[in-house]
Amino acid sequence: MSDYQTIVGLEVHVQLATKSKLFCGCPNRFGADPNTQVCPVCLGLPGSLPVINAEAVRLAVMTGVALDCTIPAYTKWDRKQYFYPDLPKGYQTSQFDLPITEHGALAIACDEQEPRTIRITRAHLEEDAGKSLHDESGAGGDTVIDLNRAGTPLLEIVSEPDLRSAAEAKAYLTELKLILGPEYLGVSDCNMQEGSLRVDANVNLHIDDPKKLGKSIATPIVEIKNLNSFRAVERAIEYEAQRQWRDWQETGRRIGEAPKQTRGWDDNAGKTIPQREKEESADYRYFPCPDLAPVLNPGLEVERVRLAMPELPAALRLRLVTDHGLSAYDADVLVNQGREVVDYFLTVAAESGDAKLAANWVTQHVLRVMNADGKSLEEVGLPPERLAGMIAKLTAGDLPSPRSREVFELMIADDLDTDAAMAKLGIAAVDESELVAICRELLLANPRVVADVEAGKQQAVGALIGQAKKRNPNADPGRVREICLELIAKGV
Amino acid sequence: MADLTPLSAAKQRSLLDTGEVTSVELTQAHLDRITAVDDRVGAFLKVTGERALAQAAAIDKRRAAGESLGPLAGLPVAVKDVLCDEGEIVTCASRMLEHFRAPYDATVIAKLKAADAVLIGRTNMDEFAMGGSTENSAFQPTHNPWDLARSPGGSSGGSAAAVAACEAPLAIGTDTGGSIRQPAALCGVVGMKPTYGRVSRYGLVAFASSLDQVGPFARTVEDVALLYDAIAGHCDRDSTSANLEAKPTAPVVNEPLKGLRVGVVPEHYAEGLDPEVKAAIDAGVERYRDLGAEIVEVHLPHAAHGIATYYVIAPSEASSNLARYDGVHYGHRTDETAMHAELAAERKAAAETGDKAAIKKIDTALVRLYRKSRTEGFGPEVQRRIMLGVYALSEGYADAYYVKALQVRRLIRQDYDQAFEKVDVILGPTTPAPAFKLGELTDDPLSMYLLDLYTVSANLAGLPAISVPCGMSKSGLPIGLQLMAPPLEEERLLRAARMHEDAFGTAPLATL
Amino acid sequence: MAISRAEVERVALLARLDLDDAQLEALTPQLAEIVAYVDSLAAVDTAGVEPMAHAVELHNVLRADEVRPGLSHEAALANAPRKDSVGFKVPAVLDG
Repeated sequence: MSDYQTIVGLEVHVQLATKSKLFCGCPNRFGADPNTQVCPVCLGLPGSLPVINAEAVRLAVMTGVALDCTIPAYTKWDRKQYFYPDLPKGYQTSQFDLPITEHGALAIACDEQEPRTIRITRAHLEEDAGKSLHDESGAGGDTVIDLNRAGTPLLEIVSEPDLRSAAEAKAYLTELKLILGPEYLGVSDCNMQEGSLRVDANVNLHIDDPKKLGKSIATPIVEIKNLNSFRAVERAIEYEAQRQWRDWQETGRRIGEAPKQTRGWDDNAGKTIPQREKEESADYRYFPCPDLAPVLNPGLEVERVRLAMPELPAALRLRLVTDHGLSAYDADVLVNQGREVVDYFLTVAAESGDAKLAANWVTQHVLRVMNADGKSLEEVGLPPERLAGMIAKLTAGDLPSPRSREVFELMIADDLDTDAAMAKLGIAAVDESELVAICRELLLANPRVVADVEAGKQQAVGALIGQAKKRNPNADPGRVREICLELIAKGV
Repeated sequence: MADLTPLSAAKQRSLLDTGEVTSVELTQAHLDRITAVDDRVGAFLKVTGERALAQAAAIDKRRAAGESLGPLAGLPVAVKDVLCDEGEIVTCASRMLEHFRAPYDATVIAKLKAADAVLIGRTNMDEFAMGGSTENSAFQPTHNPWDLARSPGGSSGGSAAAVAACEAPLAIGTDTGGSIRQPAALCGVVGMKPTYGRVSRYGLVAFASSLDQVGPFARTVEDVALLYDAIAGHCDRDSTSANLEAKPTAPVVNEPLKGLRVGVVPEHYAEGLDPEVKAAIDAGVERYRDLGAEIVEVHLPHAAHGIATYYVIAPSEASSNLARYDGVHYGHRTDETAMHAELAAERKAAAETGDKAAIKKIDTALVRLYRKSRTEGFGPEVQRRIMLGVYALSEGYADAYYVKALQVRRLIRQDYDQAFEKVDVILGPTTPAPAFKLGELTDDPLSMYLLDLYTVSANLAGLPAISVPCGMSKSGLPIGLQLMAPPLEEERLLRAARMHEDAFGTAPLATL
Repeated sequence: MAISRAEVERVALLARLDLDDAQLEALTPQLAEIVAYVDSLAAVDTAGVEPMAHAVELHNVLRADEVRPGLSHEAALANAPRKDSVGFKVPAVLDG
């Protein structure tokens, strides 16, 4: 019984992969000793002033173009004011009413369903805060502040509440990460462990109104924080939907009847927990930052970004299916591995002349080696030309298919090309006349087999295959079987 | 040797150039003067005598070696205690920053050092530059050298008084709503606020970022030009810096302007204008007429709204700029032991009453740390302006106050743009009256704010403006005349001011 | 708009100021007077006027993405009211 729909909107923060921070020249790098990547600007010292990092603007525009957003001609900076020890200026420089990019869309495919378009409200630039290192002992000891992260560039990407399930939320995040991460645009490392990709989820339910057919009732929106993995996002949304359904049944509370609540996800307990209510309601007193000039994005700049934009996953999947005849599944597997694997496949396909076989070998074997050993494509050590050469030999019949796996493994293990690997394994293509001669000999020596086949037991030929392979190890079992049956049919 | 300190900076520089005086002698003469008078004037928060003498000695050595020297080589310069000077305490005349040591140089300080100036000391000011009397300093009042019972004006009152009292020939101030021009007028010296963006704000502790500007004080227009030239210019650390070369003005400042059109504004003769000031300004107008300038009446219909506009925008920005003083990363922090005890007592008292709402209302330790640190660190005027600014930006009020003020600001600017189509400079009073008595207005903030009537518009519009002496009241107090010019026309402004100075002369020196 | 003492208290919390009764008593009428004065702006016709947040119209002031030297760990913490070898210390942020 499903008389409610889960409604999800996601706020995703990605840390942009610039060399320096958003408003100063400090390094934008994870993992340095606390308070060693700081200067008067990001420490918020009296008198210091911000200057915008052009690369952060470029990466934000690139993201906007990739997400089908409009890039308004005018964008400005605003101060969002609140006090917190990891916010050294007492305000965060962000963008309030005129974000750098807005009104975009991202298509997601989920569980074999038709692809759905998720609208993107906006993506705006802002500076990150520092880190509060809390006393983990629980004794309520002092908090220590590290400002290395303060001032690093963030892009906050806000979706419309268009997602309808935890699985869709995961699909959205997976696709977003694929596009923005090192695999394609490279605007961010998108590393959740290091915090370069952070997710907050807004969740509520639309419940069918039993009184009014076709109408639905919305439950109060809950923002879930502390989501540290895609799995956590999925679990938290699932949990929260059930919790809200129970809450609705108990209290009947609708949206507007309770303030927007913030809950934290407890991964160990598997539940969301209400976060402490602040004693004062937030009043961020946004106003335009007087220290920063607005940015005008002339169409030319956007057009240049558009031209320099790499082919994105959705377009690439389509091309693999329509131009190379791949299945949607294979195309997805390849594209999700990133551009490098796709390029590898394209080379193998072009050089071997058999795109389908190339896709099989890359998705089944090359990726297996990569995943099993945690290797990069380069570390696997099988140049695409070599794989293509092997595939070409296979299709030409020069390499017996049963032995191809052995050849493949040896090419990788000993860094050999196909010929060298086949030679080392003693594989040579068997001449057809030799094979026919072997088969004839074997049939003459085994009249019983011939009799059985003639009696309709074709599988009896199987007994000869092992013997054929003894005479010539390269004999293709399938071919031996075919030749034997032909000879019997002709009366040997 | 005759007393060096009353001489203009240009004259002092020529004595240094000819070798009649060394930088060390000149610096020592000013240090002696400070010793002699500053216990009465109170212009300096800190005299950096040792460092000044060391700088002077190094310059003498380089001069002797025939090295080329900067334009301010060996000249003492006093600096308002609001610009970061690496390794020095920068207090902004606030308890909040009483022990704050700047780890970097403001661009203006770096330029002064590069110009081989001798940085003689840090001058008093209204706390965080908020005020017009220098009484809002957390450490000491500054006295007007013309009448020690009176205020030197503010917020750069220390710099103006130091120059008027011959404790330094040159001084740096900052001007957010008149904080250079008003004290210059009340102390009988010359002070200029350059165009917004002409002088870098990097390292200037911000009051109101869209209005703040650093500028020079001196006893002559030529000296003001000299100091202005040394500090003006593009700075890539200040996003609001004008990306233009600032052409030196000192070489041309003595050349009169031909066919000068001087605008006079009926709106300037507002209610509350002191008759003596009015008479002195009228006399200034006549001087320009006598010099062959054309006097043209222009209107600034929104000028009357300047104060209201300013006292929304400046506190709004200030409330944000001063949020960083929270006792966490630098600056004053309240005694934490006492604070925790106070909170514990409040929690105990609330628990005894069993009033859950009261318990919930008690601050967390962190919030209380912020509140106590800030309340202890800031003086009453700073707190008042933060309160005003937070109010003007808060939910439900921002449109009525902050956004509205930004719109009126544009109308004020448009008035000037239209006026400057007809005239080259606009002339008027700098202040409605000469110097007021210390303590006279401390309990009446609005009356104090209204004294900024003639100065705030130049900040709102971003224009360059200068105050020059134009007369003395019967009670012997200086009166200032203000000239304004279109953006980036500092050269025109200085040459026009120099014309007046040529006709009127510089103010006499205060007797101390 | 008249400004009440309750409003002054709300603003004081937002501003992170800790005003006692005497200060609130003194400040409320002062702020009320100033606010009443700036209320005069309401009479100005600003229909269609673009707000002017900056004194000069500057755009696209950007810097190249280059790392510049910053402050040492010691210099960064030199002015800290309380610190340890790691960073700035404050009372527990997550207290009761």
